[in-house]
Amino acid sequence: MAVETAEEIKFSPELLAFIESWKKKPGNLIMVLHKVQEELGFLPRQAAIKVSELLEVPLAKVYGVLTFYHYFKRTKPGKYNIQVCMGTACYLKGGDDLISELEKLLGVPLNEVTEDGLFSVESVRCVGCCGLAPLFVVGGEVYGKLALEQVAGIVEDLRKQG
Amino acid sequence: MKNFILVCAGTACESSKADDIYKNFLAEIEKHGLKDDAQVIKTGCFGFCEKGPIVKILPDEAFYVEVKPSDAKEMVEEHIIKGRFVKRLLYAGDEVGDKENFEASDIQFYKKQYRIALRNCGFIDAENIEEYIARDGYEALAKCIFEMTPDQVIEELKVSGLRGRGGAGFPTWMKWNFAKNAEADQKYILCNADEGDPGAYMDRSILEGDPNSVLEAMAIAGYAVGASKGIIYIRAEYPLAIHRLGIAINQSYERGLIGQNIFGSKFNFDIEVRLGAGAFVCGEETALIKSIEGNRGMPTPKPPFPAIEGLWGKPTIINNVETFANVPAIILKGGKWHTTIGTKGSPGTKVFALTGKINNSGLVEVPMGTTLRDVVFDIGGGIRDNKKFLAVQTGGPSGGVITEKDLDTPIDFDSLVAMGSMMGSGGMIVMNEDDCIIDVAKFYMDFCVEESCGKCSPCRIGTKKLYQYLDKISKGSAVEEDIKKMEDISNAMKLASLCELGKTAANPVLSTLNHFKDEYLKHIVDKKCRSGKCKDLVSFVVNDKCIGCTACKRKCPVDCISGEKKELHVIDQTKCIKCGECVAACKFKAIDKI
Repeated sequence: MAVETAEEIKFSPELLAFIESWKKKPGNLIMVLHKVQEELGFLPRQAAIKVSELLEVPLAKVYGVLTFYHYFKRTKPGKYNIQVCMGTACYLKGGDDLISELEKLLGVPLNEVTEDGLFSVESVRCVGCCGLAPLFVVGGEVYGKLALEQVAGIVEDLRKQG
Repeated sequence: MKNFILVCAGTACESSKADDIYKNFLAEIEKHGLKDDAQVIKTGCFGFCEKGPIVKILPDEAFYVEVKPSDAKEMVEEHIIKGRFVKRLLYAGDEVGDKENFEASDIQFYKKQYRIALRNCGFIDAENIEEYIARDGYEALAKCIFEMTPDQVIEELKVSGLRGRGGAGFPTWMKWNFAKNAEADQKYILCNADEGDPGAYMDRSILEGDPNSVLEAMAIAGYAVGASKGIIYIRAEYPLAIHRLGIAINQSYERGLIGQNIFGSKFNFDIEVRLGAGAFVCGEETALIKSIEGNRGMPTPKPPFPAIEGLWGKPTIINNVETFANVPAIILKGGKWHTTIGTKGSPGTKVFALTGKINNSGLVEVPMGTTLRDVVFDIGGGIRDNKKFLAVQTGGPSGGVITEKDLDTPIDFDSLVAMGSMMGSGGMIVMNEDDCIIDVAKFYMDFCVEESCGKCSPCRIGTKKLYQYLDKISKGSAVEEDIKKMEDISNAMKLASLCELGKTAANPVLSTLNHFKDEYLKHIVDKKCRSGKCKDLVSFVVNDKCIGCTACKRKCPVDCISGEKKELHVIDQTKCIKCGECVAACKFKAIDKI
């Protein structure tokens, strides 16, 4: 069996410099994975292989860590990744209804991307804006105190932005 | 007199365009040439998130709520220039507006609060260290370095009775003392900012509103135990807190308040930030250490305790954000002062994140020993929509519910445990009659199944089994004996799990079983869910208000509604999937959920 290599993926010079600066620091793996995900939006297998090569740690270790933490994504999210808060306050106020509404509107289940690559829906842990429950976050913007009827309009607006 | 316009820039208010409000104020002040008369300041969280974004104008103590960016113009023209309140935005008791003599201290939400950990949140610009310094910032650290020995610092904490605010309430001085007495060439001070409890956000707010207080306290801890390195482990999900923390660290380095030879003394202390990546178990000390070391966040058995053998095998102190935020105040005012607040066993205050079905949700800091009734009904303004109070959940997935009968018990670390719950990080989730207690227990168990690291079987298998039983109960397929089995599993988890996550994961089940046995039995025996949350136990039935418009029939995705035009419709219960589409479609309230 051929050894897998990271030929297909390119890291930016800034990212490579970041990895280099952390290379000697103990406990660097999680910080490096964060930075890679920040650049690529997710952590594909090729990126994991590249990280393992650059940091000189076994790929198994890289995968051990990146599969353990929820924050790291192995598949590419939609352009608009709608993160529905499922903290307790949001749950009590209907966070799960927001998810079903989005699934219905977009026609894809949780954690899958629409065919046009535009949308995906993700359930996330408490984002700490419990006063605004129920809510979702899209690209860092919080849509709070949501009523189900508002969801379609928000999705439509995002779709128009393309 | 100069006006100060304080704009809340906590995450919740920022989400509601607080940044635009800030910019508009700046522009208006500039436009009217009022630079000498008014200063605009971006502050941390005021706590009153329910009514955000909040703008407070000093010295008039005018408390404006639900402000929009477009309001800045009117507020400057009216309040700053003409000296008149903008009444439509002014918060005055229960409603907005119309009050002549207004004092912010009159606001019910703040009346019973006492702020130590949140003392600077909402007062200072978190991105400007000068403002922290102006409020006695870094004075406690100077006092420690120049006037106190490490033993005296620890003694002061011992006198203060400060207990860890992150969960179990372990005496802070003891942890510090263990680490101080451990011999090592390097020791570490860790700040646990991996606030994973869903429904708690006090640590985030402190870091966003007053990051320097945490940095100062970590340096004090370093001085007390002989550590020269500090690491803040923070959730990656808190970008604003990370950003402000970064600014605070840079500014404190620039001024020599952190780093080499602090205040020109021989004391060195460095601080860096490490990001968590979304694992609840990493709030557990040993798991947190594993994560900082770059590994899967799996706990290890204790002993050895981190204070003896922690990060990289060196003595390590781990305190949470809120605990640290209390330390500078205690050093400056003295441990004795701290004991005058709160209860005998739990001196001081506690910050709670009050959320759920409550009128004033937000962040509240009250003296320990305040009753739940005061928190929920006075500060929180009671239950939303005049519904009936059901219970309060404290301690998140590790805690339990508190019911009506305990509303007047003073709350502190020990009383909560006696009630079968725990302090946890201070999430306080209010439930009303519309909530189903089984559904809530199931929600927490689902969380624990997901978050169990899988290392030890009592937790890994126990949480899953408990979830399956709760699921059966919610679907009407459980039998009475299942309750006994759930209790057995819960007790085994308590005894045999490796870490606190597993040991406490069954608490929501045990506590709800204890307080709401009748609800469990109603689900199991009568196959009924009072609130209708457990969908499988609900039936949709057409009542006699039906005029036969066929709207429901056309909407039903499984074609289970029959009936001709202008005739009473009937729902086939064997086919119904309980989606509720028919209820939504009916304009005549002719479909009951029973």
